[in-house]
Amino acid sequence: MKKAFPILAVLTAFFLAYAFYQAMFVAPTDALQGDVYRIIYYHVPSAWTAFLLFFINFIASVQYLANAKPSTARTVKWTVIALGIVGFVAPFVPQVRQQLPTGMHPSAVATTALIIAAVYQLIGEFFPGQDLDVLAVTAAEVGVVFCSIVLITGPIWARPVWGIWWAPGDIRLTSTLVLWLIYVSYLVLRRFSDSAQTQKLAAVLAVFGALDVPLVYFSIWFFRTQHPQPVIGGGGSMDPRMLNVLLINWMAFLCFAFLVCWSRFRLEKLRREVEEAEALESLLEPAGASATSSTAKLPLSRRPQ
Amino acid sequence: MNSASSVKFLYAAYIATWTIHVLYLGSLVRRYRRLQRQMKELGK
Repeated sequence: MKKAFPILAVLTAFFLAYAFYQAMFVAPTDALQGDVYRIIYYHVPSAWTAFLLFFINFIASVQYLANAKPSTARTVKWTVIALGIVGFVAPFVPQVRQQLPTGMHPSAVATTALIIAAVYQLIGEFFPGQDLDVLAVTAAEVGVVFCSIVLITGPIWARPVWGIWWAPGDIRLTSTLVLWLIYVSYLVLRRFSDSAQTQKLAAVLAVFGALDVPLVYFSIWFFRTQHPQPVIGGGGSMDPRMLNVLLINWMAFLCFAFLVCWSRFRLEKLRREVEEAEALESLLEPAGASATSSTAKLPLSRRPQ
Repeated sequence: MNSASSVKFLYAAYIATWTIHVLYLGSLVRRYRRLQRQMKELGK
């Protein structure tokens, strides 16, 4: 797998360059906004990628908590399967279909329910034990990077189009900022807490934090807001050529996010290995030697950066 | 809307995006090297 990384990195670099070319030179210019609208080719894919990563963090955190007891793990697993089946069938029931917001297709809801259940099973299969916690912190950190880009590129677009950098009180903007703050606090908790319960506390925070993701996403469906309508569904409309370029850019950023997550995952595994080796070494060391040791013998989490 | 001035915002957004990504990748490389160094020290 290690040999595949440089090849994938080169392919992703070419894909990103192609996506950039599409965004800057192929996509048609917006009649109202001019060229500045092209910011969406970085803003929207970054937002979708951040949501996806926070969702992975949520699934990994739920499984990490559920795996504390085998009976709980089994119960949660079957509950997710049941919810996936219900979520797949229910949108096609006429009474439920009528309740869906305008622009939300039953097939999209059904597919989403099925994907959530499938992702839950796959993550449980490929990330056993502590790997779930490693995956959770990886997804959260990379998600925060993408969410930061959303929060920076949004105001840069808003200034020439709205005439203001930020619309105070706007639910989409505020909920996105809150989402970013939740995951930054999640990372701060993991970085500075040295309690044995840190991983569990962080997992609980992640589960509650993930509740903000649907609020951010659906805020423009259900509330009056300054933010433009959704690009796909929800009454929003986009030129097919623009939509095509947007999806190309999202795919390119997804590949990039995958590689970054891969690197971050390996880094976290290595960090834990070093921490374990240091703990083992301090146990094997004679008592007199450990008393004279410097900060080099401190666990990584307690060491000055 | 002045097209020339709005393009500056477009460039600013793209540059900001890649600056953040490069800084983050740089932090990953720095952390990775530090851990490798510590691993070597532990191996001695």
